[in-house]
Amino acid sequence: MDFTLSKQHEMARMLFRDFAEKEVKPLAAETDETEEFPRANVEKMGKLGFLGIPVAKEYGGQGCDILTYVMCVEELSKVCGTTGVIVSAHTSLCCDPIQTYGTEEQKKKYLPALASGEKLGAFGLTEPGAGTDAQGQQTKAVLDGDEWVLNGTKIFITNGKEADVYVVIAVTGTIEKRGKLQKEISAFIVEKGTPGFSFGTKEKKMGIRGSSTYELIFTDCRIPKGNLLGKQGDGFKIAMHTLDGGRIGIAAQALGIAEGALERTIAYVKERRQFGRSIGQFQNTQFQLADMATKVRAAQLLVYQAAIAKNTQSSYGFEAAQAKLYAAEVAMDVTTKAVQLHGGYGFIREYEIERMMRDAKITEIYEGTSEVQRMVISASLLK
Amino acid sequence: MKIVVCIKQVPDTKGGVKFKPDGTLDRAAMLTIMNPDDKAGLEAALRIKEAYGAEVTVVTMGLPKAQEVLREAMAMGADAGILVTDRVLGGADTWATSQTLAGAIRNLEYDLIITGRQAIDGDTAQVGPQISEHLDIPVISYAQDIKIEGDSVIVQRQYDDRYHILKAKMPCLITAIAELNEPRYMTPGGIFDAFEKEITVWGRADLKDVLDSDLGAKGSPTKIAKASDKVRKGTGEKVALDTNESVAYIMDKLTEKHVL
Repeated sequence: MDFTLSKQHEMARMLFRDFAEKEVKPLAAETDETEEFPRANVEKMGKLGFLGIPVAKEYGGQGCDILTYVMCVEELSKVCGTTGVIVSAHTSLCCDPIQTYGTEEQKKKYLPALASGEKLGAFGLTEPGAGTDAQGQQTKAVLDGDEWVLNGTKIFITNGKEADVYVVIAVTGTIEKRGKLQKEISAFIVEKGTPGFSFGTKEKKMGIRGSSTYELIFTDCRIPKGNLLGKQGDGFKIAMHTLDGGRIGIAAQALGIAEGALERTIAYVKERRQFGRSIGQFQNTQFQLADMATKVRAAQLLVYQAAIAKNTQSSYGFEAAQAKLYAAEVAMDVTTKAVQLHGGYGFIREYEIERMMRDAKITEIYEGTSEVQRMVISASLLK
Repeated sequence: MKIVVCIKQVPDTKGGVKFKPDGTLDRAAMLTIMNPDDKAGLEAALRIKEAYGAEVTVVTMGLPKAQEVLREAMAMGADAGILVTDRVLGGADTWATSQTLAGAIRNLEYDLIITGRQAIDGDTAQVGPQISEHLDIPVISYAQDIKIEGDSVIVQRQYDDRYHILKAKMPCLITAIAELNEPRYMTPGGIFDAFEKEITVWGRADLKDVLDSDLGAKGSPTKIAKASDKVRKGTGEKVALDTNESVAYIMDKLTEKHVL
């Protein structure tokens, strides 16, 4: 067992860190304050290939492994949680299912534009009545001649209005399974601008405020028959598989937020003086930092292990769930302690630490709450 | 067209400076980066490659660790990398370094050689012009803009309060300044591709038409008496005065310190 990163991965980390420090960090506070999508940086990342890291070279991607992609989301999230999730949702939730389940024609049509950042991707699964319970889908797709007709609403969609290509999950009928009637669920590729596809309200959020979170509305939205992703009825499998990958991306985002908060706190406690010495000289501070750093390291090992599992194993849901559960809870814990160690300044918006605490919270909720991760992990243990 | 770019791995000043007991830099123990002026030179070469078509070869002299900077250059888009490394080349000053690089470049075909103006560790700005002397080709230093016209280059050379426009026939050598351009980032895929490529490693025996007496510490006329990290200055003095009072105050201080 060797825990050292390859020279290639180390150099890739250097690249992501360099980009994050120079391009993303200077805009992070403004992005949070104005809730404006960081379009210019997304375009820059597209040109550099950051939006197609694990996409195969033959489809215009970088052809790198999941660990490289994870390190990208991690380094971006260290300085800006918003930018981290934009890359994660685009890559894990749109590029990945198209690359995994798409036909050759679909891959050739969509992946080059997505991988180069010319187009941005999103994923529509969640509905008002179908969050954790993905079987509760109400959005319907009915085949009419050579077209599928979509009707329904998706909510809390990351990259919502900014995206161009959406992987959308919808009910296409009913099937009998073990004597019970169940919804038949399928996946589709929907392009922005398709008549009948519109956007609802933009959500105002606690954290990751620059990410564009919208409601997607389908009203007799007709898409070509060929935009069915995978086979009819494979939608649930595609959604679950996609989320397994997405959880690794969110775990990386959570890890990055925790690392960013820890780095800033270490710098702060060395400078901040109380009672004639730096607060880093108090044992309480030292022990808190030791615990924070140990948890961050453990989270990093779990996240990297899950990333490698996605490249080497056919099934990696267990590793992804453990990585996401732990990294998200560490992010919340570490950012909360970081605010506390910053004292009053930690509560002030001028300091970045309170933003990190707000950004961390969502990692315990989206792409499967911590409770869902515990269900996935325990189900695997007890099967 | 063939372009050779000379690059140097230099200490990242953010990471602190470390010395060996003999006063020379302990390069193996320091965080390193590609010298900024050299990176601008590489970027200029890559832009010429994109605009006119060219093959870009990067050359560095250094420890085996200096391969890292060649990989970085290749991840940015350079086609090939050559590392010149040999124990007998260690401790070289600018004279011995330029002799070494010229000896390596004599093995290559080139139309244009680009070097950085100067390295942030030595700050001499001598190596580039010295290489051109050894190779007997023209040099244009301090380039802030480079254009290709037929078999010539047209270069804006930075000067104190103006710039000069110079035209030179290739082959020639240009030294680039960091202000020449904003170097591109690597790409993730480019990094992995760069590690798939072979780096050519040359030693003393591969250098062409160079005397042993011009190489390494023995071939270096410069002897380092003492080197030290930057000395921390005091916190300084802040005064809040209006303009006239400020001028008077500064004049007094300059007189007091015998500057005037």
